[in-house]
Amino acid sequence: MIEVEVLVVGAGPAGLAAAIAAREAGCSKVLILERDDAPGGILQQCIHPGFGLHRFKEELTGPEYAQRFIDRVNAENIPVQCRTMVLDISQDRKVTAVSPENGVQVFSAKAVVLAMGCRERPRGALMIPGTRPAGVYTAGTAQRLVNMEGLMPGKRVVVLGSGDIGLIMSRRMTFQGAKVLACVELMPYSSGLKRNIVQCLDDFGIPLLLSHTVTKIHGRERVEGVTVMRVDERRVPVPGSEQYFECDTLMLSVGLIPENELSLKAGVKLSPVTGGPEVDDSMQTGVPGVFACGNVLHVHDLVDYVSLESETAGRAAAAFALGGGAGDVKKIPVSDGFGVRGCVPQEISAAGSDDKVALSFRPAGVYRKAWWRVRSGDKVLHKQFAMILTPGESQRVELNRKLFEGLDGVVVEVVQSEEKQ
Amino acid sequence: MICIGCPMGCVLTVSRDGNGELQVEGATCGRGKAYGIKEMTAPERTVTALVRVEGCRQPLCVKTAKPVPKGKIFEVLESIKAVTAVPPVNIGDVVIPDVCGTGVAVVATRYVRRG
Ligand SMILES: Cc1cc2nc3c(=O)[nH]c(=O)nc-3n(C[C@H](O)[C@H](O)[C@H](O)COP(=O)(O)OP(=O)(O)OC[C@H]3O[C@@H](n4cnc5c(N)ncnc54)[C@H](O)[C@@H]3O)c2cc1C
Ligand code: SF4
Repeated sequence: MIEVEVLVVGAGPAGLAAAIAAREAGCSKVLILERDDAPGGILQQCIHPGFGLHRFKEELTGPEYAQRFIDRVNAENIPVQCRTMVLDISQDRKVTAVSPENGVQVFSAKAVVLAMGCRERPRGALMIPGTRPAGVYTAGTAQRLVNMEGLMPGKRVVVLGSGDIGLIMSRRMTFQGAKVLACVELMPYSSGLKRNIVQCLDDFGIPLLLSHTVTKIHGRERVEGVTVMRVDERRVPVPGSEQYFECDTLMLSVGLIPENELSLKAGVKLSPVTGGPEVDDSMQTGVPGVFACGNVLHVHDLVDYVSLESETAGRAAAAFALGGGAGDVKKIPVSDGFGVRGCVPQEISAAGSDDKVALSFRPAGVYRKAWWRVRSGDKVLHKQFAMILTPGESQRVELNRKLFEGLDGVVVEVVQSEEKQ
Repeated sequence: MICIGCPMGCVLTVSRDGNGELQVEGATCGRGKAYGIKEMTAPERTVTALVRVEGCRQPLCVKTAKPVPKGKIFEVLESIKAVTAVPPVNIGDVVIPDVCGTGVAVVATRYVRRG
């Protein structure tokens, strides 16, 4: 059994930031376990710019952003054990991992930080009739093939789903010489960031077909084409709206799911809304000493906020490891009100140590010229106006912890001043 | 027009005022104002791409150190495609000093260790 103070699972931006924060908070024995060959997580394959504007006031690519944290981890001499897959975490924080170099190892950790990120919703989760030929990829797999392996998945591409990875990959495939025929989105709005729609589709005249879906994949060995149909308000395909696209590749960008098998093994309760653990404002899960941050907790648009949130988790994990936790303190529940999905954290601890409490959520629909607010009974703690709220762009605010003193619960909600789209 | 200066994605309206000056409405910050005017007059994009690496299957990712004119994106991509990097490479190493006469360098965004 190997003793550590703070054990971090995953060396993506979340795990790296948590480990650095734990070390800075005074933990000498911090260890990161990573199943991949190198640290950096998903950012290694995100070679496009758009990272770090908030944090570094500079537009970096994914690998550059990750490297800044890897450099700090190295400078602090925090060990990152790669090619090590964590298999099990027990409620008393015994962590079992396996690697080619060390075989099976068991670690006993005073605190554990879960930072496993998320994975893509696979094609099995979608029910598209038709054959199952080669040439159907998730956008993330395609991204890895192109950016890290130097391979090209195909020449004529249709993208299903307008999530950010799909948008980014539409541009990448265009840059690499492929023809992207269309980006097909079931919903009447895109779940991707505005700037990605502008820079990845509009710039190259790639049509975004909203309220459309792929209803059939053609081809036996290899994809030969897809049928696309318009859908009505109930998302049912409209007869007669069939369009045929001749293509050799269908790329799926239909959402990400937090990767939580390990969290479940540790006895952590997951939120049915976010798919990630329920946490308090220190990012502690329901299991004392187990913390979670980054995409394993809820899917983030912005890595800058992953880093911030993970630093909170790392600090709190260090405090727990060094001090044994705060014991039973009052927790103020945070609930989702109208127009709000999956507010994180789900609870605010009355005895937290950080002065600020960060709240973030995804709007449940598209609301124009709307307010969103944090409220407890008649008391409005925070209110903020937005020209537009969409599910593609999560909202975030940092509030003074003092504001929550003496409250029994808060609700986060959207208040509309005008029509709902 | 949608500002892409940051993921806020503010909706900008660019118009000319009485004196023929461009006016930007809807920007939350100064960057957005500058973007609105720039996008109307001389749009630019940062281009990221992949470069072959000698003796290695994994390509090297690179970016233009500054945004280049939007109309030159494909020309820039062609020039990048023509080069091969030789390891070791450090982040920030110049791959092409001045791409397509834009005065902008193409630089590495990843480390590549020797073979
Ligand atoms: C395609 C794409 C484009 C994006 N574009 C942008 C953008 O333009 N701007 C921006 O700011 N943000 C962007 N993001 C978001 C940002 O990159 C992510 O939010 C961030 O990388 C999440 O970090 P993470 O550490 O939580 O997860 P990850 O980066 O996924 O890291 C998780 C790590 O955990 C490891 N792991 C998982 N399970 C185990 C296990 N059992 N044992 C050991 N290790 C394990 C994984 O191998 C991985 O390295 C993008 C994300 C994606 C996917
Ligand atoms: S105006 Fe400013 S805040 Fe708004 S999107 Fe542009 S850069 Fe971001």
